Amino acid sequence: MANMTVELVAVERRLWSGEATAMVAQTTEGEIGLMPGHEPMLGQLIEGGVVTITTSEGATVTAAVHGGFLSVDNRGVSILAETAELAQEIDIAQARREAEESDEQTRARGMSRLRVAGQTT
Amino acid sequence: MAQLRELRDRIRSVKSTRKITKAQELIATSRIMKAQARVEASRPYADEIVRVLSSLAEASPLTHPLLQERANPKRAGVLVVTSDRGFCGGYNANVLRAAEELQNLLRSEGKTPALYVIGRKGKEYYRFRNREVERSWTGFTNRPEYSDAADVGETMVKAFMAGADDYLDESGGDGVLGVDELHLVHTDFVSMLTQKPTVRRIAPLAVEYKEQEAGTLRPAYAFEPDAQTLFRALLPKYINTRLFAGLLDSAASEHAARRTAMKAATDNADEIVENLSRQANRARQAQITQEISEIVGGVEALSSAGSE
Repeated sequence: MANMTVELVAVERRLWSGEATAMVAQTTEGEIGLMPGHEPMLGQLIEGGVVTITTSEGATVTAAVHGGFLSVDNRGVSILAETAELAQEIDIAQARREAEESDEQTRARGMSRLRVAGQTT
Repeated sequence: MAQLRELRDRIRSVKSTRKITKAQELIATSRIMKAQARVEASRPYADEIVRVLSSLAEASPLTHPLLQERANPKRAGVLVVTSDRGFCGGYNANVLRAAEELQNLLRSEGKTPALYVIGRKGKEYYRFRNREVERSWTGFTNRPEYSDAADVGETMVKAFMAGADDYLDESGGDGVLGVDELHLVHTDFVSMLTQKPTVRRIAPLAVEYKEQEAGTLRPAYAFEPDAQTLFRALLPKYINTRLFAGLLDSAASEHAARRTAMKAATDNADEIVENLSRQANRARQAQITQEISEIVGGVEALSSAGSE
């Protein structure tokens, strides 16, 4: 199967980069699935989104991505997140607290963290 | 007697000061490494955002207030990055001097500088001189987070946008006195030993576009949402990234400056201890010599008295 290079970059560090066969993200226009050979595009990601990457080894990488951009070109996909966490890094207790906050943005972040961590809300 | 005790007191006091400076030096050394690692870690994002912006700019003609030179700039925002803590040699003095020079330059061009200050040292500097500061932030200079940069960036962009409709010194329709230009004064980390205060204009923005390699075709991008909306969302992010890079660089510089200053202080303390110990030893010897000669003199006086 064809592969594409995916880079998941947050402002403060590079979270993940490698070969992937497919990935799913949410832009402000809606959910988008990307596979190798996708047309070049630039998209704005939503607050509190979830990015799922299927690596070439068949493993799945999930990350909670809060705001940022997605760019696809001939070299591959790069996801520029303002803040992002990989599933295994998420503090579930804190995410739960955030999901109950009244502030909409904080709540969206908490929800997406919980979804990524595989917790039902 | 008194002199010897004084010397020993001073040696003790210098030694305890040396302990502090030595500890500060070691802390700073370990923090430089971390700060540099963070500068490195933030680079992929900065590179990517420049690449995305460049492809956007190529794909469609873009206009944005952040990119436009104002016809008649009257007020210029100056953002100065200083440290929260002292003990770092000329670090703050250098940045503040660069800021003063910039303000003089702006005044000579007929613009009024408006100050924005990051770091307690800078805040105190301007308060002591009774200079008006538009806004100041403290508490994160030695370990800046992106959210800090975003917070500062938001204020700066807002001030810049508010400046668009100002007429001379009157605030425009929005009732807020904004700025027409934004400058960032921070310290560039050149090496462990050299940190250079640098002035950068952040708005109106000159995006450092990446050159397309010759002979390659530009990808025809699809935009989601449309190019203008994307661009409008991207530009403030780009400013935040630049601010964040400036903050990280300043933090690394601060630690490096502190290390250099503390190393000098420690070396100096060593030298003082050495000199003082020498003086103390000499005083001690002089005292012993005097005591011996007193005893010898006494014995001689007694024996000469007995022989008579």
